[in-house]
Amino acid sequence: MGMTMTEKIFARHAGLENVVPGQLIKCKVDLVLGNDITAPPAIKEFECIGRPVFDKDKIALVPDHFAPNKDIKSAEMAKRMREFAKKHNITNYFEVGRMGIEHVLLPEVGLVAPGELIIGADSHTCTYGAVGAFATGVGSTDMGAAMATGDTWFKVPSSIKVILNGKMPRWVGGKDIILTLIGMIGVDGARYQALEFAGDGVANLTMTDRLTIANMAIEAGAKNGIFPVDDVTLEYISPKVKRSYSPVRADDDAVYDRVITIELDKLTPVVALPHLPENVRPVNEVSETVIDQVVIGSCTNGRIEDLAQAAEIISGRSIHPGIRTIIIPGSQSVYMEAMAKGYIETFIKAGAVVSTPTCGPCLGGYMGILAAGERAVATTNRNFRGRMGHVDSEVYLAGPAVAAASAIMGRIAGPWEVSK
Amino acid sequence: MILEGKVWRYGDNVDTDVIIPARYLNSAEPKELAEHCMEDIDPTFAGKVNAGDIIVAGRNFGCGSSREHAPVAIKASGVPCVIADSFARIFFRNAINIGLPLIELGAAVTEIDNGDNVKIDLSKGLVENITKNKYYKVQPLPGFIQEIANAGGLISYIKGDQV
Ligand code: SF4
Repeated sequence: MGMTMTEKIFARHAGLENVVPGQLIKCKVDLVLGNDITAPPAIKEFECIGRPVFDKDKIALVPDHFAPNKDIKSAEMAKRMREFAKKHNITNYFEVGRMGIEHVLLPEVGLVAPGELIIGADSHTCTYGAVGAFATGVGSTDMGAAMATGDTWFKVPSSIKVILNGKMPRWVGGKDIILTLIGMIGVDGARYQALEFAGDGVANLTMTDRLTIANMAIEAGAKNGIFPVDDVTLEYISPKVKRSYSPVRADDDAVYDRVITIELDKLTPVVALPHLPENVRPVNEVSETVIDQVVIGSCTNGRIEDLAQAAEIISGRSIHPGIRTIIIPGSQSVYMEAMAKGYIETFIKAGAVVSTPTCGPCLGGYMGILAAGERAVATTNRNFRGRMGHVDSEVYLAGPAVAAASAIMGRIAGPWEVSK
Repeated sequence: MILEGKVWRYGDNVDTDVIIPARYLNSAEPKELAEHCMEDIDPTFAGKVNAGDIIVAGRNFGCGSSREHAPVAIKASGVPCVIADSFARIFFRNAINIGLPLIELGAAVTEIDNGDNVKIDLSKGLVENITKNKYYKVQPLPGFIQEIANAGGLISYIKGDQV
């Protein structure tokens, strides 16, 4: 019986010929990731085990959630992680000044490659499926254990095949594809399952689109989202990854739990209304919604192409006087490229603020918390109750084009509404 | 192990942001987390929950982030077990790893209401709604996961592995 991409990566890392959904297996991991919130408890568990780290080159530690430290308590957590990194000589510890939002940073510095198996104590670790890796979020105890053993247990998930056909119209991006999919199957539509993307439309997706889509696999409840490895992937990966890696390909007779088809040319920009990512509506239907804040950034849409799209819309215009617009490049190199290309100046001139890379408001941490009754359009990934601040605030999820247009118009708006 | 307690009933898609809001994640101390457990869905919970009370919820309980702080906060509140129609996968994994047993009861959870008294026999996989006089049998956890649970969580399991 043929295997899916996920099954092939699992079999390889478990040292087995083949695996089937439901099977419990122990896998070697190629990378273990943690951040300033999840690593401190993981370190505590790691220390209970009393072994050295399994491989100092295969652990990545990124202070991004509450860093640069937002208060004394978060400073202490960051310190705990920093001291651990120093003590164990962790190669991939990224200090403030070199760090970025973990899921923007890791692909950028070549820490994830096709065919690899990555776990991270962060649910959006699934982002790396974009390069054809198996990547999934785990908890701190799993992270602590894997830092000691170099392996972890999995139940092999069944896979859903998502066939993407055709080409996206103007203003439709990766965010609209994944929100549309979540709107179709619901926030638990892929629970315990793998989402495997396929179809001729994949070739038309940039790496940024794919990273955005794989990033939000978790919002459909999926264990992972995974893309086939093609020329676009290899062009992205080759300058970054110098170690050897070997991509997997799904067998033609691989078995899928179900198949979902999305015609990309039929898509339109969408928004997910509070308080669930599955409450998806076309922008047109909700364009009367008045807002208070716009956030452009996060591991979902904090890459250079995202900022380019926002800059294209904002350029030469002013942010609506009723709106606070916060733009957060996902990493230092995104920040520098945005500066070189003039985007940062465009944003600041228009009346937006630009922050150093951080998760910040995405999880209601800091740098743009909402008061009771306030509404934000955000390019982040979750709009759960209270996610960006007060429990009575609201988050509307959208791609960077809609977010930028909304910042100009002072209400939810499509980019086509911004007067030329 | 037999557990018996009063039910705190919640709906579908209870996410990790309401179980323990991110604004409290600058601490990983179980006691501090418990003080804010369920705060954004039920501000009365942390003040009124009694040790032994049981959370019962609908579909996809624990969806959202990978924060282990969520099951830790529940456990530290004195809740010995969560029953739901279904659980989100990272939450499920984390709960097992930290030694908070979960029961996936399926659609039958709709028969359990807030304030009911329920009794759970974990080893036999039996759930009894004392208030309504109803009984349910659930699938026991797979053997390997039971071993982790019996060891009291993943860390003790791995330490046992070593010797
Ligand atoms: S940007 Fe938001 S979703 Fe992404 S890792 Fe940070 S907090 Fe999590």
